[in-house]
Amino acid sequence: MLQAISLAAALTAFWVLLSGYWIPLILCLGAASILACVYIARRMEIIDHEGHPIHISFQGITYFPWLLKEIVLSNIAVAKAILKGGSAIRPQVLQVPASQRDALGQVIYANSITLTPGTVSIGIDEGVITVHALMDETADGLRTGDMNARVCRLEGDPDPRRIAGGGQP
Amino acid sequence: MAALIDIASWALILGGVAFSLIGAYGMIKLSDVYARMHAASLIDTLGIGLIFIGMMLQAGFTIVTVKLVLVLVFILFTSPVATHALARAAINEDVLPVVDTETERQMAASNKTKSSEFGT
Repeated sequence: MLQAISLAAALTAFWVLLSGYWIPLILCLGAASILACVYIARRMEIIDHEGHPIHISFQGITYFPWLLKEIVLSNIAVAKAILKGGSAIRPQVLQVPASQRDALGQVIYANSITLTPGTVSIGIDEGVITVHALMDETADGLRTGDMNARVCRLEGDPDPRRIAGGGQP
Repeated sequence: MAALIDIASWALILGGVAFSLIGAYGMIKLSDVYARMHAASLIDTLGIGLIFIGMMLQAGFTIVTVKLVLVLVFILFTSPVATHALARAAINEDVLPVVDTETERQMAASNKTKSSEFGT
């Protein structure tokens, strides 16, 4: 129910921002379509923690700016490598662990890998993501597991590095 | 003030154009489909990102800016899915990445979708 209300609120904000009209007829049509959307989504049972993940909203405040910074940095690195050519480019395939507990977290991690230029996720299988990397630099950045840990934190999961270490940091 | 915003927006749009051109050049120059996808992701991250921020500066605090932000967010959410689908399609057609070692080739090949996953 909470997720249905949150979906309705998001759709209302979306409608108002996109239309920009305050005529009663238009507003009534908007309200009707929002109610129809929420009703259909509930009937289809697609409003769950995957379709409407309100549980990650607050952690996203720190994750998305960090992701944007990574995107800018690797954009510059890949652009330099393309212009330089030759030995700067060394395509490689590697596998990295995805420690997120559920499918949504692993999808966020795989999408973050793909969104960052220089690395593309080409397969996910039981907690392991296969990645194609363009250069040593971008592959090494992924091997550190920093992004993996941050996506775990985004979902409220424990830090995988502490579990792997087996003790208190 | 208006001149400053114009200069900033010009700089951002030209920056976006530069990244798009480098991406396009990379798509022609790089060796295989996987390497070319990396060049394409230059275009749909910083390429359009900078162009959109430049356009937002031109639009100012209006409803147009809100729409530009939404379009940018949707592109950032959907483009990795399209890239991943492209990579999976390549693997399923036995187009494997050009890499140094046989192990890496095997790693990529192991992601081929088995026919049983389609229920056949």
